[in-house]
Amino acid sequence: MSDGKVEVVRAGALTTVQDQGRFGHAALGVPRSGALDQPAHRLANRLVGNPADAATLETTLTGVAIRVTRPVTVAVTGAPAPVYVDGRPAAWGSPVRLPAGAVLDVGAATFGLRGYLALSGGIAVPPVLGSRSTDLLSGLGPAPLKDGDILPLGEPAGAGPPPHHLALWDGPPRELVLPVLLGPRDDWFTAAAVRTLAAGRFSVSPHSNRIALRLDGPALERAVDGELPSEGMVLGAVQVPPDGRPVLFLADSPTTGGYPVIGVVPEARLPAAAQARPGLPVRFTPLRHRRPAAAA
Amino acid sequence: MRLLRAGQDSLLIDLDEPGEAQAWHAELLRRRAEGTLTPVREIVPGERTVLLYGVHDLPGLEAELRHWSAPSRAADSGELVEIPVRYDGADLGVVAELWGMSEDEVVRVHSGAEHRVAFSGFAPGFAYMTGLGEPYVVPRRAEPRTSVPAGSVALAGHYTGIYPRSSPGGWQLIGSTSVTLWDLDRQPAALLVPGTRVRFVPDSEGAAA
Repeated sequence: MSDGKVEVVRAGALTTVQDQGRFGHAALGVPRSGALDQPAHRLANRLVGNPADAATLETTLTGVAIRVTRPVTVAVTGAPAPVYVDGRPAAWGSPVRLPAGAVLDVGAATFGLRGYLALSGGIAVPPVLGSRSTDLLSGLGPAPLKDGDILPLGEPAGAGPPPHHLALWDGPPRELVLPVLLGPRDDWFTAAAVRTLAAGRFSVSPHSNRIALRLDGPALERAVDGELPSEGMVLGAVQVPPDGRPVLFLADSPTTGGYPVIGVVPEARLPAAAQARPGLPVRFTPLRHRRPAAAA
Repeated sequence: MRLLRAGQDSLLIDLDEPGEAQAWHAELLRRRAEGTLTPVREIVPGERTVLLYGVHDLPGLEAELRHWSAPSRAADSGELVEIPVRYDGADLGVVAELWGMSEDEVVRVHSGAEHRVAFSGFAPGFAYMTGLGEPYVVPRRAEPRTSVPAGSVALAGHYTGIYPRSSPGGWQLIGSTSVTLWDLDRQPAALLVPGTRVRFVPDSEGAAA
């Protein structure tokens, strides 16, 4: 057994342990959780030779600083940020050797919101219901990091970093464009509400978090009054509470809810939503499902 | 029965009333256990719906479901769990007033009914239980409490719920139990899973001790 440890020197605004998420317990009210920007999380793991299910640290805006008790390979992906080892600049988006006792400091994101720090061996906190992820809605998994916390490191897989490694970033978007597959409850809204969804100028609300991306902008008008009996919710659901302002469900969102879902953003677009800073303009492109083939 | 798509890989089975949703849920679980259901990652019941989340073959499953005959209610009979309750909640008097009866009668109505876990949500292990019947509806509190103790037995709408851990909450508190609702060392971690039948047993001898 490896007895490597990670010491949190500076926890940052919100740093949590994340992996691919907690599957199979939604019927008991357990959210998916997991890294909000899964491609960035997977890339960080790949860059240090970790298997896909290893846990990384997800940072928010202000980065994190850590020290390790045994030498590891680290990689920082997601929102681009300056990286330092003992005060010397080091590579972002590339494997970096971190000697025992040296301090790795990931600075504030230059754009985007969430960074991922992978360490060879992964963060080896005990899994809860099959995942090491911190779930901020239900409190499962380790608490958000605090200065001085000590986390266990896992055994490196032995594969080492891949021969080619290059993290790519498209640059900061001027707006977030989200396709929305209408339904299951688009019939609870007026035709004007769907037009407002398509044409309205929305922006990311500062009240957004790992549970949901909240949106400022025009209200979506309901065609049906009254309460929707609570029903199962999926990641990417665009739920519309009574104030009419759409809320996009992210990884820590509840598994059931009682407000109608006008449409669902495909999971492949959620990483972009996870990197959207408050104030960023948001545009929705509503799409209708293709009719299923007529039954034989 | 209507089939509504929820995104690229999920299907919401929309039904007219809770009994149908319970029967469909039970039938889906039975077929999954049997290995005759198209692979689905999560089966999430709602009050009048069942969400099939993470479906490998959506058109295939839609076609399959359209050929099912409506599952029979009789197929649905979950395990019975008895929960001792000390009916000493801070809102018991409010509920008695709303229902136009004494607090003792509220206890008789609540403990006399067989309840059933319709679905979960709000927090891991938080079960929405039905069984009180039409007249016994309770609004949420206008001002939610910032902290409701774990084990609080509470009413809202036509549901009974028990707070698995201390949390903010807007339900009307009618009692408390010392039963552990959520235990990660238990399989499953939730005591009350959808489909479970529940009886509340009045316990004046310190259920919450």
